[in-house]
Formats: sequence, C-alpha cells, structure tokens
Amino acid sequence: MATETILGVFAHVDTTVRALEELRARGYHDLTVYTPIPVHEIEEVLERDRPVSRVRLFTLLGGLTGIASAFLITIWTSMVWGQVTGGKFLQLVPGGIIGSSLPPFFIIAFEMMVLFGGFATVIGMVVLGRLPRLKASASFDPRFTNDRFGVAVHCAPERAAAVHELLRTAGAEEVKSR
Amino acid sequence: MSDGHSTPPTFADVNRDVLRTLEPPGNLYFAWMCVVALLLAGFFFAWAGQVWWGMGMAGKRVPQMWAMYITTFVFWIGIGHAGTLISAILYLFRARWRTSIYRAAEAMTIFAVMTAGLFPLIHAGRMWFAYFLLPYPNQRYLWPNFRSPLVWDVFAITTYLSVSTVFFIVGLVPDIAALRDASTGWRRRIYAMLALGWEGADNQWRHYRRAYGLLAALATPLVLSVHSVVSWDFAMALVPGWHSTLFAPFFVDGAIFSGFAMVLVLGLPMRHFFKLHAYIQEKHLDAMGKLILVTGLVLTYFYLCEIFTSLYSGEHIEKASLFWKVTQNYAWALWTMYFCNCVAPLVLFSRRARTSPVALYIVSILVLIGMWFERFNIIVPSLGHDFYPYTWGIYYPSPTDTMIVIGSFAFFFLLFLGFIKVMPSLSIVEVKETIPAPMREKAHGH
Repeated sequence: MATETILGVFAHVDTTVRALEELRARGYHDLTVYTPIPVHEIEEVLERDRPVSRVRLFTLLGGLTGIASAFLITIWTSMVWGQVTGGKFLQLVPGGIIGSSLPPFFIIAFEMMVLFGGFATVIGMVVLGRLPRLKASASFDPRFTNDRFGVAVHCAPERAAAVHELLRTAGAEEVKSR
Repeated sequence: MSDGHSTPPTFADVNRDVLRTLEPPGNLYFAWMCVVALLLAGFFFAWAGQVWWGMGMAGKRVPQMWAMYITTFVFWIGIGHAGTLISAILYLFRARWRTSIYRAAEAMTIFAVMTAGLFPLIHAGRMWFAYFLLPYPNQRYLWPNFRSPLVWDVFAITTYLSVSTVFFIVGLVPDIAALRDASTGWRRRIYAMLALGWEGADNQWRHYRRAYGLLAALATPLVLSVHSVVSWDFAMALVPGWHSTLFAPFFVDGAIFSGFAMVLVLGLPMRHFFKLHAYIQEKHLDAMGKLILVTGLVLTYFYLCEIFTSLYSGEHIEKASLFWKVTQNYAWALWTMYFCNCVAPLVLFSRRARTSPVALYIVSILVLIGMWFERFNIIVPSLGHDFYPYTWGIYYPSPTDTMIVIGSFAFFFLLFLGFIKVMPSLSIVEVKETIPAPMREKAHGH
C-alpha cells in the first residue's frame, strides 16, 4: 500500500503534544517524532502503549556472559597450571579437579560483567535504534537537532489532506508532504 | 546568551554558543600547544633514553622500584575518577548541576586514564612485552596469576577505560548530530560519519535513554571499584604503611577529591575563554567547591585514622615506619601533603571562596599537588623503610623520570586541548534539558 508522509514542524512542546494526542485519537499510529532532546511530555504520549525498550535484555545477557567467561578462564587457567594455593573449592580428587581459590576471581568476574554488559548495551542501542543510518530519512530536517520538533505521519494518500489540516490546527509552523 | 542577559538561554542559543567554542582558536591557544608539544618531545626523548640505556636512567634502585612512575600512575587514575562520577553517579541521583560540566569532565577522565595507562608500560621497561599481562593462549600453558592484585588492576583499568569511553561516545552522538547539521563542507562529512546518522527520532531516543541509564548503572560500581582495586596493589602487600583495610575507601575518596580539583583546573579557564558564564554559573562552582571541601574533610579523617591505627597497633615496625615518614628524609613531602589536602581546602568553608574563580583555582592547584604527594608518600617512604635495615633505601629523582612525569601532563593537555576544539565541550542535549522547554502557552508549573 502506498503511503504518504506528512511532516509538521513545531516550535513548542505543548503544540507538539497536542498534535500527537489528536493523531492518536483519530487512529494514526504510524508516526515518527523528532526532538532535539528527549522530552518527558512527548515520551509520555508515545510510550503509552509501547513495551519498555529491549536494550536491558542485551545488558543482562552481556553481563551474564562476562561473569561466565571470567569464571571459566580464571578457574580453568588456575587448574591447568596446578599451583598449590590452599584453595578449598572444587576439590574432586583423586585425579580429577583440584583446588581453585575462588574469592579473587570475583574481582575479575565483576570487571568482565561490567565490560561485557557495557558493550552489549551499546550494541543493543545501535541495533534497536537502527543505527548507523547511512542516509538521512526522508522526513528528517536539520532543524530537529537544534530547536524544532517534528511529527511525521505516515498515512494513506487519501487521508493526507486531513492530516495536513490536523497538524496545522494543532499549531505546526510548517506542514509539508515528503 | 553569554552576554549577561538575565533570561535563560533558548535551545537555539545553546547550539550557537557551543558552536562558537569550535571556531578557529587564537594565538594564545597555539602558544599553549607549542609549550605542550615541547614538553611532549622531552617526554618521548626521555622515554627513548630509558629504553636504550635501561631502567637505571629512571633512578631505580632496590628497594625504590616503584617511585615516581607508580606515584604518577595512581595520580592520573585518581584524576580519572571525577568524570565518570559526575556522568554516572550524579546522573542517577539526578543532580542537575552536573550537566554543564560533565562533558569536559568525562573527556578529562578518558584522557587521564589514557595518560595513566602509559605508566605501567614505561615502568615495565620493555613495554613491547606488555601483552604478557593479558591471558592469551600460548604453547607453554602460561597464564597470568589471577590471584595477583596487579592482574586485577589490568582488568579494572582496561574495563574502566573501555566503559568510560563507550559511555562518553554514546553521550556525544546526539551532540555530534547537532554539529553535523550546523556545519558545512568536510567538517560536515566527518561529523556525519561520527553521528552514525542520528536524527533524534522517537525510536532512537527511546533506546538511547534506556541504554544511557543502564550504562550509568554499570559505571557507578565501576567508578568505586577501580580505585579500590588500585589500592589493593598496595594493601595486599605486607609493607608497613600499605597493609591496611582502610586503603580502598581512602583511595576512592582521594581520587574524587583530586578529580574535582582537576575539573576546576580545566573548567575555569574554559569558562573564561569560551565565555560560558551563562552555563557554568556560580552555583556550579559552589557545588564543586562543596564537593572538594567534603572529600577533603573525609580525607583528613582518613589520615587521622591511618596515624591512629598505626600508633594503636602495638606493631613496632609499623610505628617505626610512621615515625620515619613524619620526621625524617621525606617529612617535607608528608607535611606538604597535609597542608595541601587538609588545610588548604578549609578556605572553601567560605561561600565567597567557593564562588571566586581565583580562590577555587588556587585551592585546586594545591589539591593536585597535595594528592600527587599523597601517592608519593604512600609509595616512596613506605618502601624506603620496611622490615629490615638492610633493605632500607632512599630514592632520588633522575632527570629522566622527572621529564617523563612532567611530559605526562603535556600528553594529557594535548589530548584535552585538542578535544575542546573539535568536539562540543558542553553537552548540547543535556544543557537543553535543564532549561525550560519552549511552550506556546505559559506553563502552569511543573
């Protein structure tokens, strides 16, 4: 289905919020909102029916991977070297597993948790936020990183006129089709 | 909005004022860079000499094998604490005054940790074997000893540097996008590449905000852990003056103390030359002055604890070490430290001193000197006077290690001065978040 994108440029937060409320009330859900900073009022409208960002899942998995790999490498290397440490853990003798002094390895595990967790968080942000973006999206305007707010509505061409009207009455400075 | 208007700056003002800091610099800047480059040349020259002729060039003699290099290493790691403290811990506490200084502080952190990272390499002598520190598969099944505090240190510092850098870059992305949209030509192409195509769309902000919060949560314990781990390099050893459970909080507090002093040493001239008075206001200076005062008082308390524990220990060697520190060869260093770290910050009890850039600057410089001497006093006199008289020894600085220590400041300033001319040293997004958002109808209170 062909869609058209109508972009409204706003100078104020309250007018942007009004437009978003109107759009939602009329059943337009395919929106892209551009803001120079994250604005609480706008997020409130947008996040109403959305699940929490899945970035936290990446962080959790990264952190757990870090902990697991840190314990694996520290315990395994201390066992292959076989130094007598007086450690009382992991004693499956004779012939099998011997001691491995765990407490210091918690430090390594903590550091690896933070390292892997941190990297995973950024990977999550990049993947979920569809970055890096090589070409600017059609409805982006450079003013949106300065002091203007943008609402792009993706809708069927026959509803374009109605959207135009809606954005205009909500208080958009400028409305255009992209 | 820097020209003294009483109305708060608007969003467009913020963009304009930050862009203004990126204009081509004047002669003073280049004069500074020349001094920095000269010192840096001396640094590399001294380092090359040390590699060629050996570690004796650095005045290394048993028992003084750590001396100035590890002193300066710990000093720089300490400096690197304020940035992530401001950007992570104060972020989680929603301390709004952090916004105008956090970018510069974060840059300072990363450059300080990079500078610190040079010292283990310089100190190791044959730094091309530094990879021995990392666990890598090899045919002899040799692995680092994970029970050694020095290996913990490797992990703590590489993690701290990586996570701080990641956190810093994530914070920069929306700001670089703003620079991209305001610049032209080749600059625009570079910024466009670095901004990763950021547009400020709702889907981007949504994940960005969540990621930023999570990174702050991860970085918070990290800040506290790094200097604790560095302190265990000492505390895990039996040397009198080192073997103490006090060391972790003592080091962390000292690190924050010196870190904030360095933020002021860099921030005050930045505020002056970039005319950022509208953003870095008196209340920000006041808040930082208070933090220096509090951490300074806590540090004084730790010093008293240290002396008390030593005297109360009933441990002859420990007491002898303390007596030697206070009265003998290195007493001047100890008393310099007490003056700079315990007495000088007391000036900040006065609000006038906290809001006066000159007073703050002088106190900060004294604090930096004091904190360098603190690490010196931990390392050199303790090693110089341990259990047996035949292992005692005095350390004298040599031209080589003195040049390397001075040069490390040049390395740090080169990175920092370079940074503030190509990247926004004031966070565009975070500063905008603290000023009232534009409303058509007057807001009826928040």
